[in-house]
Amino acid sequence: MEHMGIEPGRLQFSWVSSAESTKFVEVVKEVTEAIKALGPNEHFLKTKAKVA
Amino acid sequence: MLSYIDKIRETSARLLKDCSVEMVIGFRKGTVPMMNEPHFAKTAEAVDKLVWDSNCGINLANYLTNRQEKIGIIAKGCDSRNIVTHIIENKIKREQLIIIGVPCSGMIDKRKINAMLDGEINDVVEDENNITVKGNDFEKILNKRDVLQQNCAVCIHRNPVIYDELVADLVEEQEGVDRYADVRSIEAMSSEEKWKYFDDLLSNCIRCYACRNACPLCYCPTCFVDESRPQWVGKSQDPTDVRTFHFLRAYHCAGRCTDCGACERACPVGINMRVFTKKLEKDCLELFGWEAGMSADVRPPLDTYKPGDPDDFIK
Repeated sequence: MEHMGIEPGRLQFSWVSSAESTKFVEVVKEVTEAIKALGPNEHFLKTKAKVA
Repeated sequence: MLSYIDKIRETSARLLKDCSVEMVIGFRKGTVPMMNEPHFAKTAEAVDKLVWDSNCGINLANYLTNRQEKIGIIAKGCDSRNIVTHIIENKIKREQLIIIGVPCSGMIDKRKINAMLDGEINDVVEDENNITVKGNDFEKILNKRDVLQQNCAVCIHRNPVIYDELVADLVEEQEGVDRYADVRSIEAMSSEEKWKYFDDLLSNCIRCYACRNACPLCYCPTCFVDESRPQWVGKSQDPTDVRTFHFLRAYHCAGRCTDCGACERACPVGINMRVFTKKLEKDCLELFGWEAGMSADVRPPLDTYKPGDPDDFIK
C-alpha cells in the first residue's frame, strides 16, 4: 500500500489475542492517535458523483 | 531462434502421431504483424501452422488450467515457470504434460517498434539479431536488442526450468542485469509522488480485463471483479475502482508472478501494470529469497509458515 502512495503509518498491523484486552486498548489508542496526527485520508475516496 | 521451428514441428508431429499427447499448444501467425496467436494442434496437418519467432510473448501456461487430456506444450523460460506454478497449485498434473522446451532470446515489443516508425507496418521479417520492418513507403532494420520487451531485456531465466524435450541447445543466461531499477525509482519517491505516478499510469485503463485474461495466474472461476454478491470492488471507471482492481489483481499474483509480461503485452492501451507485480516480486526475493516457478518440489513462501518469516510490520 505504501508503495502505491498511501502515507506510511496509515495502514498498521497488529497481533492481539482475545485474552489480551489491555494490549487491545493500547493498540487502539496508539493507532487512533497516529492516524489523527496524519490528518484526513485523501486517497481511495470516490470523488465522482454516483449515477443512479 | 527461427531455426527452432523445424524441430518444434517435428517433435509435435511425432508426439501427436504416437498418441503421447492429444494436442500440442503452440503459436501460429496472427492476422497482423507482430501478433502471434495461440495454436492448438490436434492433427499432424495442424502442426504445419506452428511458428516460432520473436512475437510469441503470450504465456501458453494460461491454456492449461484444469485440462484433463494429455497435452504437449511449447514452453520458453517464463512459460515453463508458470507451468511449474500450475503444477504446484494443482491446476494440471505433471503426468499430463509433455513440455517442449524452447530456449528463448527475448520477445520484441510491438509498441516500441510502432513508436519508432511513422505509418502502418505491413510486414516484419527477422533473423538472429535484426528485425526488418516494412511499411508502404519505408523499410527499416532494427537491432533486436533495442526493441525487446522490457521484461525480456531484464530476464534471467530464458531457458525452460522444466522440460521433456528440448528443441535447441540452452542459451546463455543474462548475467549482471539490474532487474529492479524501475521498482527502485518508484520506491525513492515520496508518498504523494507515488500516488500521482500510479494515477497517471492507470489513467488510460478502460477495465477491459485483458491483463487478467492473458495472465496464467488468473484462473479463478469467478474473478473478484466479476462478483456482484458480494461486490468486492466497484465496477465503474472511477480512478479508485480502477486502482483497486489493479492493486488487488497484483496482490493475487504475489509470490506467483514470473514477470512473463503477458499482461502488459495484452493491454490495448499500453499500460505497464507490471510495476505492481514487480514490486511484489522484488519483495518476495528480498524477504523470502523466492523466485516463482523454479521448482515443483518447494512450496511457495505465502502458503507455508516458517518461524523466521519477516514480521517487522506487525506491532
